[in-house]
Amino acid sequence: MSERDDDRGVVWDSGLVIEPVYTRRHVEESGGEGRIGAPGEYPYTRGIHPLMYRKRPWTMRQYSGFGSAAETRERFLYLIAHGQTGLNVAFDLPTQCGLDSDDPMAEGEVGRVGMAVDTLADMEEAFEGIDLDRISVSLTINGAAVPIVGMYFAMARKRGYDLSRLRGTAQNDILKELVGRGTWIFPVEPSVKLVGDVMEFCAQHVPRYSPVSVCGYHIRESGATPAQEMAFGLAIACAYLDHAVERGLAVDDVAPGISFNFDIHGNLWEQVAKFRAGRRLWAEIVKERYGANNPRSMQLRMIAGGGGGGLTVQQPLNNAVRGAYYALASALSGTQTMALCSYDEAYTIPSEQAALLSLRTMQILMEETGVCDTVDPLAGSYFVETTTNRMEERIRAEMDRVQAEGGIVRAIAEGRVQAEVNRQAFEHEKKVQAGEIRRVGVNCYVQEEESREIEMHPFREEEARAQVARLARVRKKRDDAAVETRLDVLYRVARDGRNVMPAVMDAVEVYATVGEICDVLREVYGTYVEPIRF
Amino acid sequence: MSAPSAIRVLVAKPGLDGHDVGAKLVCRALMEAGMEVIYTGLRQSPEAIARAAVQESVDVLGLSILSGAHVPLCRAVAERLRGLGAEPGELLWLVGGNVPPGDHESLRELGVRRVFPTGSSFDEIVHFIEKEARP
Repeated sequence: MSERDDDRGVVWDSGLVIEPVYTRRHVEESGGEGRIGAPGEYPYTRGIHPLMYRKRPWTMRQYSGFGSAAETRERFLYLIAHGQTGLNVAFDLPTQCGLDSDDPMAEGEVGRVGMAVDTLADMEEAFEGIDLDRISVSLTINGAAVPIVGMYFAMARKRGYDLSRLRGTAQNDILKELVGRGTWIFPVEPSVKLVGDVMEFCAQHVPRYSPVSVCGYHIRESGATPAQEMAFGLAIACAYLDHAVERGLAVDDVAPGISFNFDIHGNLWEQVAKFRAGRRLWAEIVKERYGANNPRSMQLRMIAGGGGGGLTVQQPLNNAVRGAYYALASALSGTQTMALCSYDEAYTIPSEQAALLSLRTMQILMEETGVCDTVDPLAGSYFVETTTNRMEERIRAEMDRVQAEGGIVRAIAEGRVQAEVNRQAFEHEKKVQAGEIRRVGVNCYVQEEESREIEMHPFREEEARAQVARLARVRKKRDDAAVETRLDVLYRVARDGRNVMPAVMDAVEVYATVGEICDVLREVYGTYVEPIRF
Repeated sequence: MSAPSAIRVLVAKPGLDGHDVGAKLVCRALMEAGMEVIYTGLRQSPEAIARAAVQESVDVLGLSILSGAHVPLCRAVAERLRGLGAEPGELLWLVGGNVPPGDHESLRELGVRRVFPTGSSFDEIVHFIEKEARP
C-alpha cells in the first residue's frame, strides 16, 4: 500500500468540496438533520415508501427492442423468462421521429436501434401473449408519444384491458429531448401542449398510467453535472405541471402521473446525495408551490441506473463491473425501478448474453448482498447527511438561476441550456483526455493490444425490407376512407387547440400510421428548428 | 507572406441519430484549434449535407454517426456530392462515431479518408486535419 501525499482536495462534479472527515459539526453547519423525516413520510428524504425494499423490491426493466415487433417480442419473452419484472421499449429512429418505415429519411434506420412501429398491427404483435397487468411496460417515446401511446392504449383496449386500471409509463418528456437525445418533431410550444394532451387524457381516462417520465438522465449524459441534472429535471417537471394547471387540471390529478428517470455514473456518494436531496426538494415544491394535498403528488418516483456516460469502448468487460457499482448506487439511492446499460452498449445493441448479465447483476445485488435489508441504510451518516444538505443547496441555486433568466422552457428554446451543458461536457472531456479525471482503460491501465470480444448486433437489411412490405400490406388491407376521415378530424382538433388524444386513438384504430398522424400534426404545428449555440 | 486563412470545416449529423454530444465536442475542439467550423445540427439529409459542403466550399467534411447507419448514409452523401459535381475524395472527408473496425474499409472505398471511432482524442483529430487539409 502506498500513501497518497499528493492530496489536492476532492471536488465533486457538482462543485462540492469534500472533507477528509465528517463530524456532527458538519451536519449542523449544513442545516442539520431536521428535514430528514421518516421513510414514506414528507419530505421523503429517506424514500417514498415506509418499508422500501423490505416490502417492494425495485422493478428491473432493461431497455430493449430492435428490428421488427416479432423480434422484439422474442427478446421481451426472453427477459421475462429470466425474471425481469418490467419492460422498457426501445423504438427505432424513424418511429421516434414520426416517420414511416417507407419514408426516404428512414433509409438505413428501420429497426436499427429499436423496434419499428408503423401501425397498430406492430404494437399488437409486439405484446401478443404478454400480460399487461403483470408486466409493467414503459414506452421510450417522446416526439411521437401521441401516436405511440395512442397505439398502446388502443392495443390494450382491444385485448380487453380496462384503461381505467391500466398501468405503465410513457417517457413523453420533450423538453429534455431538445437538450439531449434529439428525437424532437414539433416546435417547443406545441410540443409541450402535446405532452399536456397525454397528461390530461390519462388523468381523465387512464389514471393509473404515468404519462410523463421526466429525464434528468439525458441531460446528464449530455454533460450536465449531477446537481444540474436534478435541477433541470425538476424545472422541466414544473414546466409540465404549470402547463397542466393552466389547462385547468388539478395538481393532485396530474402530479402523481409524473415520474422521473435519472442517471447513475461518476461518484457513488454524489449520486446518493443527489437523490436524497432531489426527493425532498420535489416534495416541498409540489406541496408548497403547487398546493398539493395528495402525498402521491409529492413523491419523487424514479427509474435510476443506466450510466451510459460512464461506460467505455475500451476494455468493454469493465463496463459489467461499472454496472454493478451503478446498481449499488441506485439501490442506496432508493430507486423504484432500475435498468443498467449492458457492457457492450457503448457500441452496439446489447447481445442476449450482455442483457442477461445486466439483469443478473441487479438480481445478485437484490438477493445476495443484503442491500434490501433495511430502509435508507446510509441515513444518519455525518457525511451523507451533510452532502445531502449541500447538494440540495446546489440544486436549488441552479433552479433559481434558470428561473431568474426566464424559466426552463425559454432557456431550452433559446439553446442556452444546451450550450451550458455542452460547455461542461467539453471541459470534462478535456480533463479526461489530459488524465486529470481518471478512467480505467482510457487514460490509466490502458492495454495496447486489446482484443475487443464484442459481438456486434447484426443489422439485417432484409428485416427492414420486410417491415416496409408489412406496412404496404397493412395499408392495402385497411379502410382508406376511414383513415382519411379520422385524419381530417385530427387535423381540425389540432387546429382548434383541443386535446388530440381521442382523435389519435380513433385514427390508430383504423390503422393510420405513425407518419400519417405526425404529418397531420406537422401541418398544423410546423417543425422544430434547432437553435445552434456554442 | 500573408497569414493563411483558417481551415474551414463542416460538421454534420446525417440521418435521424440524435446523439450530438460528440459532434459538438469536436466542433469546440476544432474552434479552439483556430478552425472555422460550421455545425449543421441534427437530422440532415445527405442532399443537404452535400449541398452545404459545396456551397460553403469547406476543406473538411466531418460526419458524426452513432446509430450504426454509417454505411448507407455515407453512400448517399458520396452520391449527392458527385451529383453536385464534387468528387468525395477532393474533400478531406472524416467520419466519427460508433463505427466498428470491420466497416472502416467500406467507408474508405466511398471516399472517407479516416474514421475516428468513439474515444478518439481531440489532439488526434486536430493534428490529422492540420496535416491533411491543405497538404
